[in-house]
Amino acid sequence: MVISIKAIMSRGFILSLLAIGAPAVLPAAEAPRPGGELVFAVGEIPPSFDGHRETTFGMLHPIAPHYSTLLRFDPQNYPKIVGDVAETWSFSRDGLTLTVKIRKGIKFHDGTPLTAHDVKATYDKIIFPPEGVASARKALYSMVDKVEAPDDLTVVFKLKHIAASFLANLASPWNFIYSAERLKKDPRWYEKNVMGSGPFIFVEHVAGSHWVGKKNPAYFMPGRPYLDGFRAIFIRDTAPRVAAVRSGQAVVEFRGFNPAARDDIVKTLGNKAVVQESPWACNILVTLNNEKKPFSDARVRRALTLAIDRNEASKALAQISVMKYIGGVFRPGSEFATPPAELIKLPGFGKDINAARNEAKRLLKEAGVPEGFSFVLKNRNVKEPYEVSGVYLVDQWRKIGLNVTHTPLEGGPYFNDLRQGNFDAGVDFDCEFMDEPDLYLLKYLSSEASPVNYARYKDATLDELYERQSRMLDVKDRLPLIRQMERRAIGEQAYQFPLLWWQRIVPHSSRLKGWKIGPSHYVNQDLRDVWLAP
Amino acid sequence: MPGSTRAFITNNLRAPILFRPGSALDFISSRPLGGAGAIIIVLMIAAALLANFFAPYDPLANNYGAMFEAPGVHHWLGTDSFGRDVLSRILYGSRTALWVGFCSSLFGTSIGALIGVSCAYFGGKADLFMQRLMDILLSFPLIVLALVVVAVSGSGLWNVILAITIPMIPRAALVVRSSALALRQMLFVEAALTLGSSHWRVISRHMLPNVMAPYLIMLTAFLGQAILLEASLSFLGLGVAEPTAAWGLMLRGAAVEFAERAPWMALFPGLAISLAVFAFNVFGDSLRDALDPKLRLP
Repeated sequence: MVISIKAIMSRGFILSLLAIGAPAVLPAAEAPRPGGELVFAVGEIPPSFDGHRETTFGMLHPIAPHYSTLLRFDPQNYPKIVGDVAETWSFSRDGLTLTVKIRKGIKFHDGTPLTAHDVKATYDKIIFPPEGVASARKALYSMVDKVEAPDDLTVVFKLKHIAASFLANLASPWNFIYSAERLKKDPRWYEKNVMGSGPFIFVEHVAGSHWVGKKNPAYFMPGRPYLDGFRAIFIRDTAPRVAAVRSGQAVVEFRGFNPAARDDIVKTLGNKAVVQESPWACNILVTLNNEKKPFSDARVRRALTLAIDRNEASKALAQISVMKYIGGVFRPGSEFATPPAELIKLPGFGKDINAARNEAKRLLKEAGVPEGFSFVLKNRNVKEPYEVSGVYLVDQWRKIGLNVTHTPLEGGPYFNDLRQGNFDAGVDFDCEFMDEPDLYLLKYLSSEASPVNYARYKDATLDELYERQSRMLDVKDRLPLIRQMERRAIGEQAYQFPLLWWQRIVPHSSRLKGWKIGPSHYVNQDLRDVWLAP
Repeated sequence: MPGSTRAFITNNLRAPILFRPGSALDFISSRPLGGAGAIIIVLMIAAALLANFFAPYDPLANNYGAMFEAPGVHHWLGTDSFGRDVLSRILYGSRTALWVGFCSSLFGTSIGALIGVSCAYFGGKADLFMQRLMDILLSFPLIVLALVVVAVSGSGLWNVILAITIPMIPRAALVVRSSALALRQMLFVEAALTLGSSHWRVISRHMLPNVMAPYLIMLTAFLGQAILLEASLSFLGLGVAEPTAAWGLMLRGAAVEFAERAPWMALFPGLAISLAVFAFNVFGDSLRDALDPKLRLP
């Protein structure tokens, strides 16, 4: 396979190079006003404080403002990549070496300088974690051979092969830059402590109640942040969280609400409410335990996806939840999304639900699954949109004669059961920080190759297709492989399959300025550009 | 025996009225509030047992063409956010309420009665130890202890029953122990021991049957509490799970979120809970009045 340098440069590299160091552009009409404390609600509590190991916004929203990353997405021009602690970066001619220059004068909150050695230690922890240290996205960096820091301001990434997603992965909002010294003393120190170089310094955390940060006066970007500080208040239930925004107790909840909550907030706040909406880079994924009978039989798995009326779901559930769009492995509307003509060919995505359910019943009978067969659907006890999905799925599967018990669990036990294979079927999710095939398809790799695939199967064909598409930099070359992988994963084999994709709806007080919604609720949460109107 | 004394005994110290033929009608006529409670309970039980016949719709069937439908001809009590019939879910929900209520109050009261009688019978250090243990459990409010048990054991029907049973045990044990302490001094207990009866035989054959009055009173009183507790746990998301029809669960989530758009989603399950708890409470009170001779003295 020949990969041209032209192709390397075409994948947004030029855009990102041009944008190096460019600060976010705010509307000229409104001059940012410094001061004030931003209060926002968070619907989940952080399991730990370590961005490298966690996968929930409950960690990211209160903690991201304390950290810098190497690169970042420009919130005003998402998904353009700009530098954060990186000042410049360039690839070698063969595309196998990335050299990054670090900005001078960046300091951690304890006053120690942030150098290339800290970046190296951070990425070593993410890519090559020591035993006993969890790294949730390690598999995304399989192309990295080694990370070097030849001097205090230079980091060099040596790659084993070219990878289309590599630069985007360096802009991952999860990759907080940690202090090499702290990591050397205890690689797990950051699980329970906070000390970064971001726009806000950690002040206080009261478990289950709130998280407080104050302005970092030594932040490397002059004039930022605008806010004096922030306070994240943890509210698990949707109704009180909506009430918090409605009453003004919180200015915003960054993850998003359903349409009913939006209408409620707008009705109460009137012209003091602003609503930002965007298709969301998240879906609900139905995960089946492929090691357990009868789910080890592809006919049974196909029957389960055939039974789901996604057309009805997209109309009905959009009224009561954030779920809205029908799509395959990729976000509908994104450049990698499945074309409608191809999508309807996938089992469960067609237009004739009666025919699909008859086929589902036939497949179940053929596989020897008796009428009234019972199994358990495990779920997170988070109403929006997990419980809604659970109730919908139970109803859909009843229509092909299956008797499903819905069991919502706390986040910890739920993920534990999924990781250990202690489930029949589960309501999982796939949320990514950008529309990049390497990120979405990671969920569908063989379980042993992917820490985020809980469906417990081994499929060498999928693994091979993933590797091949990942090494191609031209979208045109990648698409046929991506489609092939999608057809196999959620069609022929139906190891796991999406229910619906989400619509992100963030209603907030008109006092909130400098924050722009994007398709990912993981991105743009460092609050450095945010300010409060009087 | 003077006539007035005989009349007093006849009127006031007769056997508990519930155990006489025709006592149900006597009970209703002499205690109309308790009677009303009893009627509601009977109706609830009938609704639970015959929900399949009475319920106009499948309580689990989603109908997205009828989401948030107001009470009317097709759906007497309206529909919820999934288009499910609220009346059908309330009728089926009475099964969950009664099942959890009966099981947990029966287990809690029975285990508590056994502990109470045993403590009274054995006395000494065993009694002292058990009473302190009961004191510790009693120091937690009912809902807090139930929350702890659910947090440890997880949600689900049987875990909810366990969570409600445990806080009821010390309450039943204390009341029964105080009644059993007097029994322990009775001659028939001494006689049974003298005849060589085993401890278990004395407790099970001679003492437990004689604490039936407080036992039955607590059983009915705890039923109301158990139903309320089940609804509270479900409301907090720790009880039975969707899409099971359960009153507390019907009050949770969408009912709160869509309270302005579809108030019937919360109103009718709330009424059902209130009515059930009211019925069991007034019935329990009347039963106590009927079974406790002291309350019948002038």
